[in-house]
Amino acid sequence: MPPPPDLAEIDAPTRTVRAPTMHDSAVRHVCGTAVYVDDIREPEGMLHAAVGGATVAHGRIKRLGLDAVRAAPGVVLVLTAADIPGRNDCSPVMGDDPIFAGGVVEFRGQVLFAVVAETRDAARRAVRLAEIEIDAEPPLVTVDQALAAESRILPDYTFRKGDSAAALAAAPNRHAGTLRIGGQEHFYLEGQVALAVPGEDEMLVHSSTQHPSELQHTIARMLKLPQAAVTVEVRRMGGAFGGKETQAGQWAAIAALAARLTGRPCKLRLDRDDDMIMTGKRHDFRADYQIAFDNDGRIQGYDVCLASRCGYSADLSGSINDRAMFHADNAYYLPAATILSKRMKTHTVSNTAFRGFGGPQGMLAIERAIDAIAWTLGRDPLDVRKRNLYGNGRDMTPYGMRVTDNILPEMIDALERSSDYRARRRTVAAFNADSPLLKRGLALTPVKFGISFTNTFLNQAGALVHVYQDGTVHLNHSGTEMGQGLFIKVAQVVAEEFGIDLDRVQITATTTGKVPNTSATAASSGSDLNGMAAQAAARAIKARLTDFAAAEFDVPAEQISFRDNQVFAGNTAIPFPDLVHKAYRGQVSLSSTGFYRTPRIHWDAKTATGRPFFYFAYGAACSEVTVDITTGEMKVERIDILHDVGRSLNPAIDIGQIEGGFVQGMGWLTAEELVFDAEGRLLTHAPSTYKVPCASDVPADLRIALFDGPNREETIYRSKAVGEPPLMLAISVFAAIADALHSLSPGKSVPLNAPATPESILHSVKELARA
Amino acid sequence: MRLRDGALTLTLLDYLRLTERATGTKEGCAEGDCGACTVVLRRSVGGGFVYQPVNACILLAGQADGADVITVEDLADGATLHPVQQAMVEQHGSQCGFCTPGFIMALFALYHAQRDAPLDRAAVNDWIAGNLCRCTGYRPIVDAALASCGGVATDRFATQEAEAARALAAIDGEDDVFAGSDERFFAAPASIPALAALYAKHPDAVLVGGATDVGLWITKQFHELAKIIWLGRVRGLDAIDDVADAITFGATASHEAAIPHLAAIDPDLGELMRRFAGKQIRSVGTIGGNIANGSPIGDTPPALIALGATLALQKGDVVRRIPLEDFFLAYGKQDRTASEFVRAVQVPKLKVDERFRCYKISKRFDQDISAVMGAFKVTLAGARIAAARIAFGGMAATPKRALAAEAALAGADLGDAGSWQAALAALADDFSPITDQRASADYRRDVVRALLRKALMETAGAATHRTRVVGIRETADAAAS
Ligand SMILES: Cc1cc2nc3c(=O)[nH]c(=O)nc-3n(C[C@H](O)[C@H](O)[C@H](O)COP(=O)(O)OP(=O)(O)OC[C@H]3O[C@@H](n4cnc5c(N)ncnc54)[C@H](O)[C@@H]3O)c2cc1C
Ligand code: FES
Ligand code: FES
Repeated sequence: MPPPPDLAEIDAPTRTVRAPTMHDSAVRHVCGTAVYVDDIREPEGMLHAAVGGATVAHGRIKRLGLDAVRAAPGVVLVLTAADIPGRNDCSPVMGDDPIFAGGVVEFRGQVLFAVVAETRDAARRAVRLAEIEIDAEPPLVTVDQALAAESRILPDYTFRKGDSAAALAAAPNRHAGTLRIGGQEHFYLEGQVALAVPGEDEMLVHSSTQHPSELQHTIARMLKLPQAAVTVEVRRMGGAFGGKETQAGQWAAIAALAARLTGRPCKLRLDRDDDMIMTGKRHDFRADYQIAFDNDGRIQGYDVCLASRCGYSADLSGSINDRAMFHADNAYYLPAATILSKRMKTHTVSNTAFRGFGGPQGMLAIERAIDAIAWTLGRDPLDVRKRNLYGNGRDMTPYGMRVTDNILPEMIDALERSSDYRARRRTVAAFNADSPLLKRGLALTPVKFGISFTNTFLNQAGALVHVYQDGTVHLNHSGTEMGQGLFIKVAQVVAEEFGIDLDRVQITATTTGKVPNTSATAASSGSDLNGMAAQAAARAIKARLTDFAAAEFDVPAEQISFRDNQVFAGNTAIPFPDLVHKAYRGQVSLSSTGFYRTPRIHWDAKTATGRPFFYFAYGAACSEVTVDITTGEMKVERIDILHDVGRSLNPAIDIGQIEGGFVQGMGWLTAEELVFDAEGRLLTHAPSTYKVPCASDVPADLRIALFDGPNREETIYRSKAVGEPPLMLAISVFAAIADALHSLSPGKSVPLNAPATPESILHSVKELARA
Repeated sequence: MRLRDGALTLTLLDYLRLTERATGTKEGCAEGDCGACTVVLRRSVGGGFVYQPVNACILLAGQADGADVITVEDLADGATLHPVQQAMVEQHGSQCGFCTPGFIMALFALYHAQRDAPLDRAAVNDWIAGNLCRCTGYRPIVDAALASCGGVATDRFATQEAEAARALAAIDGEDDVFAGSDERFFAAPASIPALAALYAKHPDAVLVGGATDVGLWITKQFHELAKIIWLGRVRGLDAIDDVADAITFGATASHEAAIPHLAAIDPDLGELMRRFAGKQIRSVGTIGGNIANGSPIGDTPPALIALGATLALQKGDVVRRIPLEDFFLAYGKQDRTASEFVRAVQVPKLKVDERFRCYKISKRFDQDISAVMGAFKVTLAGARIAAARIAFGGMAATPKRALAAEAALAGADLGDAGSWQAALAALADDFSPITDQRASADYRRDVVRALLRKALMETAGAATHRTRVVGIRETADAAAS
């Protein structure tokens, strides 16, 4: 059990923290003065790189004819694997992502060479002149093909709790099903981009990356430079969503290689279509499950095989599939479970991190299984969901961690009432009874999402804070800003600590030169980790200032306080800048690092047990949809959300994360469809064919509320992580569509796969009619 | 701004970002689909101004001829934000901020738009359908629009319109524009005879209407377009002649300009055009371009074919007229001879005994390309169907009529669904569609049947709020009355 929260500390009034402060760059965003990598004033003599990719999905390179490329106007240099002085690898873990493919080609679009030219246009045009001959071999494109060929990228992994086979055999009811879950393109609005500027024997790289340290290491390895000679900097990203955690590395490496070899700065920005073809996406899954349950709909056993399309290399697929397993229970107590994960190798782009990181796919499977229970027993799916939530004596997860902070029963009750679920359930049924073409559906689904990197050591962060003589504060930390509002949240924490106005805190670009050895800004952990690290740094300086003031004004340290831009020492008040200036003259250090590591988490991969998560973030959503069963078109009519962010650090930012995450999840489960042909060619490589939600897809009736309860763990101001969990609230939309279709043949299982495009919906309608 | 040789196919976005080094305007896709590059072209039209939001990424710089190019950098007045900027800040309308300049400019155009109906959420959604945001989920952006737009424009652009009018008048002329040489040029003839003459001299030139298709040839396919004839300056080619029983759209009539006229023929046409791309594309994309492009998935051809439209083609000073469906010969091949251009399309209005329906099927409702587009015109004789014209897009290599189904429908009873069966079955003979990234052949076959049935049910009297999820006609009717 977490220690009982100290309510006095939690409820202490705050001035800056918890205020719905606008994003620090909001004014720059609306004026067009926020600088992204491609907007940086180009250094004199800068070159441009463009990349050329494989023309087949699988095979051996026979000839890479680049003479015409070299001879093209404006071309300065053409780069291939042979030009790399050090290691030809940009992978995060396994060493299996060549920067330039050499002998073997493993996905269509895999980078083979780069052109460095005087202009972007010249570089891109020259790329097209390459003569590429590849001895093609048949590719494995789908999960099914990879399963049939037993083509694995990583070994299988299993969580076991109790004897699920026995539970399945003994149970009064069983259901088995298969669910196919599509992947997802990140479609960050700012594509991948890097600008490398060579120094004397150093290299400075501006990149749109969530993981500057990893880029630094990749580039150092590739150029055979000491890590200390490479600096990676990022002020902000134009969206990332996981797609710039590992996927930014290759482009930064190529730009750095070009800069090194030419001695001139070099920029590489991918064209949108290349970006969609050449960078990894959310994993597609095939989930085969069996669920055993009693006549009240209580789960007795759950057996699931989660097989995913990892693509040609491991990337982060290990942790991603782990997280799918960690969320295979979602919010439900499983007395017995076998959760098997298969990480399949295909000849497609290597799939990667995407908001939720495997969690959404694991959850979607059990939510379908729960629906199947309700359909089998003729119950309202909400009742089945409620019956299976974690609770007293039913708190052990399949991976040996107890759920001790569960607030879902309370949240679901509240949402059930505020969304008027029961009355709307009746209205929907009445509508469907006399509507032959259109069917309504309603669903209320929960989310329980584990917070922490499951790779325990990654749960660390650093910060660097300087206080200058005019009382302004320079803030730097290991987190990166991708729009999620991390920078403003951390600045709020630091301003709160010093009792100064927010505009006295200067937010600065993330750079490996100030805070080293950082983890990716990922796993929703940004403000948990960096907020704490920055607070620690600020507290260290504040402690020195306190001691100095105590001596200076001759009052006990307990009587020193910092607020309203002043420092109060007993009865004396002195403006913060004045105290700082005095402290400087008093030879006090006004700079400090800060460090934080998440306490009390551990994980034993061998036994598949431990406490991988510091805490859980919860949420619930109720969605209503209308489906045209003759065309498969679908419209979302209303959404109600209740989401848990602990005590919010910034409610405006958090609401933004919830809405944005939900809509992104809705896109994943409805219109966003990645289509590969049999040769492994991605057909949906542009926004003309890959449809992320637009404004009219969001219903006018959208009701979002924060569940305002403190985190029971000691997180920064008792807040909770918010980046990923809301994405999974959109499972309610998918379940509502299935609910609408279920009205066509009550009692039968709805064979709806994700994404529920019009075609996928119509296909289910036809299957139901056939069955 | 002056076009220099070699820069004839420069896009407005590259001009801004690379030449001017004005980097506020962003590139998200370079294909007109995300709106990050939205800028506003202000043009004086008939004594007033129009503020057109356009996608700078696929607009040729030359197309800004005669306009004020207003970008995100221009809006704030010193430290004072423009009302749409202020509202976006207050509503927390940006997260990563990369889409924001584009939204700001779309909203700036909305701020200046003349509207007859009050602004509501649905209207804002329509207006920003061409802008994608991956972070916010749109709600705060729509709220910002509702908070700042829909009233009378009082910003500095409104108060300084007189000066702007003088400045624009000074650069406006009646002359043909020609930049470049006989081998490589960007030309903008000012009259139909000048266009005909120039095209006769250069049959290998590429005609450009809005460049919403041509722009992608440049940014994505790296086509070398040596000779460009932009039609945007041709006086009279954009005329819309709306008379008692027909409307004639000049080739360069923009989709935006066409909407009210088409919507007046039937609300489904209004809905089709509402869902045609987004505001930015519709502002410059032309009816003639949509037809001349010859795409099997263009949205206007099936609708206009079902209505019985006639296409006027001109070469030199000779104009010939053909039924629109005869224009489309095969995939990528149209009945258009060298130096012949689309002059106009004449669309008959519905007669009292005629009913019309059309449906667009796509993965996303707004700003998507059709997987299938179906249009139906039924001529009634009492409760009997005297005749039908049915056309589909996305079902063949060209927009195509369903002749077998049309024949089978003649004589059917609107009140007896059994009598529709032959026509529904006949659709299978009319088409053998393909599978692509938008839909499978099976789905397409199912959907055309569903759409024909839907059209007949609705024509027989079914209320559309019971037959469809978007484009409810009762709502449109209520708004019209
Ligand atoms: C984001 C986006 C969304 C879109 N959405 C849709 C949609 O929903 N539905 C749809 O149907 N289309 C859509 N399109 C395609 C395009 O916008 C339309 O086809 C548009 O009508 C083309 O008109 P334009 O004037 O821009 O044509 P242009 O690009 O200028 O020209 C297209 C072709 O027609 C030729 N041409 C133009 N005018 C003439 C003329 N007068 N005589 C002879 N030839 C001529 C050109 O030479 C060229 O071959 C979309 C495009 C984009 C980029
Ligand atoms: S950059 Fe995407 S529309 Fe222009
Ligand atoms: S704020 Fe990031 S895409 Fe809109």
